Amino acid sequence: MSEDDTKDNKQGHEDGETRRDFLYLTAAAFGAVGAASFAWPLIDQMNPAADTLALSSTEVDLAPIEEGQSITVMWRGKPVFVRHRTAKEIEEAKAVDLTVLRDKQADSDRVQEGKEKWLVMVGICTHLGCVPAGQKDTDVKGDYDGWFCPCHGSHYDSSGRIRKGPAPTNLEIPEYTFLSDTLIKIG
Amino acid sequence: MGSGNRKKLDNPALEWLDSRLPIVSMIQKEYGVFPTPKNFNYFWNFGAIAMVMLVTMIITGIVLAMNYATTASDAFDSVERIMRDVNHGWLLRYLHSNGASFFFIAVYIHMFRGMYYGSYKQPRELLWMMGVLIFLLMMATAFMGYVLPWGQMSFWGATVITNLFSAIPLVGDSIVTLLWGGFSVDNPTLNRFFALHYLFPFLIVAVVFLHVWALHVTGSNNPSGIEAKGKQDTLPFHPYYTMKDAFGIVVFLVIYATFVFFLPNALGHADNYIPANPLVTPAHIVPEWYFLPFYAILRAITFDIGIPFTDIVLIPAKLGGVLAMFGSIALLFVLPFLDKHPVRSSRYRPWYKWFFIAFTVNAFILGVCGGKPAEGIWVPLAQASTLYYFAFFMVIIPFLNKKEPVLELPGSISESVLNKKGAKA
Amino acid sequence: MVFLFVAPQAHAAGGNTAELPDVHFSFEGPFGTYDRGALQRGFQVYKNVCSACHAMKYLSYRNLADMGYSEGQIKAIAADYEVTDGPNEEGEMFERTARPSDKFKAPYANDAQARYANNGALPVDLSLIAKARGEGPHYLYGLLTGYEAPPEGVTLAIGQHWNKYMEGNKIAMAAPLSDDVVAYEDGTPTTKEQYAKDVSHFLMWAAEPKMEVRKRTGIKVVLFLLAFAGIMYAVKKKIWADLKKK
Repeated sequence: MSEDDTKDNKQGHEDGETRRDFLYLTAAAFGAVGAASFAWPLIDQMNPAADTLALSSTEVDLAPIEEGQSITVMWRGKPVFVRHRTAKEIEEAKAVDLTVLRDKQADSDRVQEGKEKWLVMVGICTHLGCVPAGQKDTDVKGDYDGWFCPCHGSHYDSSGRIRKGPAPTNLEIPEYTFLSDTLIKIG
Repeated sequence: MGSGNRKKLDNPALEWLDSRLPIVSMIQKEYGVFPTPKNFNYFWNFGAIAMVMLVTMIITGIVLAMNYATTASDAFDSVERIMRDVNHGWLLRYLHSNGASFFFIAVYIHMFRGMYYGSYKQPRELLWMMGVLIFLLMMATAFMGYVLPWGQMSFWGATVITNLFSAIPLVGDSIVTLLWGGFSVDNPTLNRFFALHYLFPFLIVAVVFLHVWALHVTGSNNPSGIEAKGKQDTLPFHPYYTMKDAFGIVVFLVIYATFVFFLPNALGHADNYIPANPLVTPAHIVPEWYFLPFYAILRAITFDIGIPFTDIVLIPAKLGGVLAMFGSIALLFVLPFLDKHPVRSSRYRPWYKWFFIAFTVNAFILGVCGGKPAEGIWVPLAQASTLYYFAFFMVIIPFLNKKEPVLELPGSISESVLNKKGAKA
Repeated sequence: MVFLFVAPQAHAAGGNTAELPDVHFSFEGPFGTYDRGALQRGFQVYKNVCSACHAMKYLSYRNLADMGYSEGQIKAIAADYEVTDGPNEEGEMFERTARPSDKFKAPYANDAQARYANNGALPVDLSLIAKARGEGPHYLYGLLTGYEAPPEGVTLAIGQHWNKYMEGNKIAMAAPLSDDVVAYEDGTPTTKEQYAKDVSHFLMWAAEPKMEVRKRTGIKVVLFLLAFAGIMYAVKKKIWADLKKK
């Protein structure tokens, strides 16, 4: 701070003026630093609090989910879709030609190796944040046997990839790990 | 406020703005070149300091409100969550809770300064009265704010203070039920207190605006109490007083920060870290320190007031206490009309000066009495101090109006400054 | 200023209680910090003795990281407890192993159960006790070491005990500490006084976990403001000096 100030000072003023300007600039700098340091806690208090962060991972037991069924779990206040996919859905997902996709991503990049039947993703449409339908058997699943967002008509396939409608990207895959064959930890 | 004869500004962007809404000229006029007496001492810093504290309270209050839960079942827990889990939450809360105390410190000094130098006198009566209104709004805001953490002192303080209104004859009980929204201090009370605690500071801002407006109509008083007679007596507000105020503000902040960071609970009560319990009253209920003098006056009326030698009671003790407390503030309000002595500053009022110093000491004694249990020596001491408080306004000041000699004053502020210099040398 | 300091102390003065014993804690003073060893030992005392009756509802197992425990150690501590969660899909509440994000397990399901189990006296929550009592940890230390036989002529009701530091001297809690009730691993003497000191230390931390960061920040803020005040004084003087020259 002081170095910059002295540089600024050297241009221009001579005689006793220099010391005074230096003083004023230092005072202004202190005021600015003080104000900024006071502003930061006021802003940062809006970030997630320690108790919120402590709840940022969730474990999900997969055992009760039968083939062709989905469950929705809450994770960081958002719905996460966990789907036990049928062989037909996996086939369809794998068979898609990547060049026709808006957000080019192979099915194998969206599931974990050897666990292709488990599709885990954040159930929030990448368009404007609605929750797509398709979790229940009775839901409209869209034109691609996956999910359909009723808000603005985005169609997702059985790998959760955007196929038609306004959404820009595929449904997001959260970070998760298999703790055992039937237990995953999201986050 | 008016744009009157606006000077054209050099900066085209500012000129564009100013020709449509002359706020730049207004700031220049009111805070730039505004002629201000040149002989202020450091007591004149406390208006600006109070303003800084008001802004600090509003800002920290708004961010606390983002994390606070306004229900009786969750309020205490949410405050603890702020203290433990919210980022910098402990800092924001300690800034706010200690900020209330420091706001009152600044305002009390500001008020005592006004009384010592006669700043309330003609033509500044309305200015003073708006100041007292700000003080009243602050007291209401602080009281309701203290209820929000929903600790034992919050709850019992709210119970005791709202019960004051039950002293009003006939309608008292109905008023108290109305204030509570029920039959005791409970969730509805907490909810409305929060709503009003959030609203009142903005009313304070509005009255502060009027207060400053009125100040800029009459101009400031000064330690000599002599009106400025021309340019030789004044200085432009900027840079002379902006920088002097800034210095005073930073010094004040050092003391404030010392409390926030090293003694954050020194001005509070341990009992308020116990969640509110309607079944158990704390052994000793005390309001926050800034209410103690008024609390002492409230408790000083321990006797019924009636017609001597009969059993007829005109004012029962309970009502008497409440009237005395509100009366003590009402007297501040009408002070400009009680004090008719032509001289403003205590510098040139040898009698008033000493009565006023005694008044200040008396206020401290009342504060100490208010913090002590109402027993033993503290009761008669509080009563004697209460008597002096009222006598000061109702007997001493009218007496001085008639009897205190009017000294010959220096011809001008400049002359008064020179005299002082000369006396020192 | 005198006024300010007098007021808060007014209510702290107890009735007929003895003067608190002189004990020093490392967290006192503007530079004081918590002693991690004392905190861990104090937690051990709380866990093995106090937690049988007293809850600490504002603390979570994750908070133990502050006193120097690793994530693994915290998980292991939490895993000793079963907490109630739910409801599950069948609408039933169920028990599961505690996680670091869980609050400290409370000894009783509710206040009524706590009273019933303790002769009608409610063991207070200890999360804030060090701030909720005048003199804080000094009082707690005194209380824990202040049990004595009642003076002659005083009869105690069943379930009452004599404590020279308790307000009114009669306390429903039996003396909780005695020598060698908790095994320390770091060689610290296992005396009643040491336990009392460590657990008071722990309870102060529990009540004011942000004290260290508060004081650290405070030193920076106060030094900054002092420097700023110096600069503003120079600025003010300079401006007013120029005036006098004219």
